[in-house]
Amino acid sequence: MNSCEKVAIICNKAQYHEATLLEKLQLKFHVLMCKRCSKYTKKNTKLSSLCDKANLRALSKADKMNMKESLKKTT
Amino acid sequence: MVTNTLHPETWVDQYADYLFNYAVSRVSDAEIAKDLVQDTFIAGLKSAKNFKGDAAERTWLIAILKRKVIDHYRKINSNKGKAEVRMNYSSQTDAEGDWLEEKVADPYSLLENDTLENEELGIAIQDCITKLPKKQALVFTMKTIQGISTEDICNELNINPSNLWVMIHRSRTALMECLNKNWFNV
Repeated sequence: MNSCEKVAIICNKAQYHEATLLEKLQLKFHVLMCKRCSKYTKKNTKLSSLCDKANLRALSKADKMNMKESLKKTT
Repeated sequence: MVTNTLHPETWVDQYADYLFNYAVSRVSDAEIAKDLVQDTFIAGLKSAKNFKGDAAERTWLIAILKRKVIDHYRKINSNKGKAEVRMNYSSQTDAEGDWLEEKVADPYSLLENDTLENEELGIAIQDCITKLPKKQALVFTMKTIQGISTEDICNELNINPSNLWVMIHRSRTALMECLNKNWFNV
């Protein structure tokens, strides 16, 4: 894996607050000198804020199982 | 033109979240929304033979859901009086001033648009998620929307963390592209 790919993964981890301190430093340092990664990081952060803002919901696994069951019953 | 076919057995996995978000934005109650989605699937199954194949599966299901939402509002508004729009005038009898003008929306406030816009954004994101490969969509939903920890997802789907992050990376990249097309350039 080249360093940009590695940084992209770290950037994704950072979106979920799962990057370690060392990884974050690596990311910051790399972004300073790599234009492409800096653009990617910006876009990625924007995506996170959009997802936050949109108040997305998902049905739980149990709910989906129930739905499947009742669908089966109707057939 | 390609004719579309229905695959009811994949409906729940593929469209349930999309329909659910749509329904929640229309009825603003998770429980009712869940029931509406369920009704939609059942109605879809019952009228599957009327499906001509002109529309995509998802479009067809959304059309049914729209009818269900309308039916829902008809039902709760079945008493004529409830459908009336009521305005509360100030109860203070001595209050002076232009009460009508006070009711007019503040033209400088943009706050009202925010909720609407965010609802539309939610549907746009969900729309893009349904276009992802199945597994990626599942991982992204679990991680981002349900907020399940990396470890739990790995256990449940039987994958290793680096696998997960690659999938997250791919889905996020695809979503950025999709949103760029569908959200920022409308």
